[in-house]
Amino acid sequence: MAHSPTPGDGLSLLEAVERKTPIPSRLEMCIQCGSCGGSCPSAADMEHTPRAIFALLRAGMDESVLHSNTPWICVSCYQCMVRCPQEIPITDIMYAIKNIAIQRGAAHKEEAAFSATFAEMVESYGRSFELGLATRYYLKHHPLRLPGMAPLGMGMLARRRMDLKPTRIKDVDGLRDILQAAREMEAAQ
Amino acid sequence: MSAYLLYPGCSWDSSARAYALSTGAVCRELGLELRQLEDWNCCGATEYLSVDTVPAYALISRNLALAARQQNGAKTLTAPCSLCYLNLSKADYYLEENPSLNEKVNRALEAGGMHYQPGTLEIRHLLDILLNDVGLDTIRRHVTRPLNGLRVAPYLGCLLSRPDYRQRFSHPDQPHELDLLLKALGADVVDYPLKTQCCGGHMTQIGPNTAYELLRRLLHGAEQYKAHLIATVCPMCQLNLDAYQHDVNRHFGTRFATPVLYFTQLMGLAFGLEPKALGIGLELVGAREALAHIGVETPPPAQAPQRGRRRKKKSEGLPMPSMPEDDQS
Repeated sequence: MAHSPTPGDGLSLLEAVERKTPIPSRLEMCIQCGSCGGSCPSAADMEHTPRAIFALLRAGMDESVLHSNTPWICVSCYQCMVRCPQEIPITDIMYAIKNIAIQRGAAHKEEAAFSATFAEMVESYGRSFELGLATRYYLKHHPLRLPGMAPLGMGMLARRRMDLKPTRIKDVDGLRDILQAAREMEAAQ
Repeated sequence: MSAYLLYPGCSWDSSARAYALSTGAVCRELGLELRQLEDWNCCGATEYLSVDTVPAYALISRNLALAARQQNGAKTLTAPCSLCYLNLSKADYYLEENPSLNEKVNRALEAGGMHYQPGTLEIRHLLDILLNDVGLDTIRRHVTRPLNGLRVAPYLGCLLSRPDYRQRFSHPDQPHELDLLLKALGADVVDYPLKTQCCGGHMTQIGPNTAYELLRRLLHGAEQYKAHLIATVCPMCQLNLDAYQHDVNRHFGTRFATPVLYFTQLMGLAFGLEPKALGIGLELVGAREALAHIGVETPPPAQAPQRGRRRKKKSEGLPMPSMPEDDQS
């Protein structure tokens, strides 16, 4: 999939994140209280808690943020976001960091590949396609995990809970035009 | 009752077939009309937002534009999947809050001959519609087989009550909506403090060990409260808890065997509908034993067809009277 060219090259990561976040990021309001990390169900597997990420961002330690596994371990549960006393849209900031990490080629490759493969499927058919996504992703990134997945796949197939063929929407061309126009808009900002 | 537009989501006719079947059956009973949105596209789940921003919102908003065009008097767009529900609400809310994003997304939509004015639609989850529009009294009136004695852990997952842009749910961590509905069906709703903890989402794919720990907590919690089963409102939660339960057991050496059913399946059972018509039996962790608590007999799990005539088992007890038909078989 073609990514939007890097927006605003030369921006600090903090500025780039602020531009990408769909509502005001309020990152300058962070009081480093740690409610986010304390609420996070997957914090144990993160290299930095969200609090630490915000401190790094404000200190200009862009590389540490871009290479951190944190946004990729985020499960998007919004627990931190509803608890943040400063109303920082933390989950959306994690998405913004992922976007920028992909564009700057710093993203965690496997995790980013999963997102990108999913996006490609959507762009090809207009719908997600689990079997295609799983086989393509696992073959490329975890071939050894595939045999272990077989019983699960068979169980799902036997119950007709997995499609063998993708479903394509009627106006897939219209959808692609929309996405292409959106990418140009993203690049221009 | 007016018709609702339904955004079914990609899992509806595949992994969440039981949800689709049971929702269809329950809505027929209740006289609730869900009209499927035509030519809808994937909401992008959590993946498209990770890749790009404006395209992700354009992708979601194409559905909103379609819904606005097809609404024909229906103001409500309902999504049964929590993730679809969140994405649709998120786009609607952020387009309203951020005029610049709204302008970009609408210029992109124009390339496909579409337009969406944020705030045009009410985006609501199926649980919200059933609870607040149909109402508990109507639901109670349809109950012919109360779920008395069935201990159910009400599990909502993350995205109904968080971030809850339009404040439709009672609490971000401990919302009571699902409890109320299950109680109206007669179920013994157990206390389940983990009701909005995360199922791991896509981590079962990209970081299984992270996901397994989250799933283990949820299953352990349900077991602690002696739940016979977990009721869910989301295809992602159902898939993770059901399909990966075996992997969780292998990973931790645990022996969880807690079935995970959609709340609409439980509604259908309480309404006296046939288990098969509700997609009971499509779950990977079988619900047979759990449903025996309410006297529901479910079809046996799929197995290879048996060859040959079935031998009649010799009775080991006292001789019992038998009807002539019994002997003919």
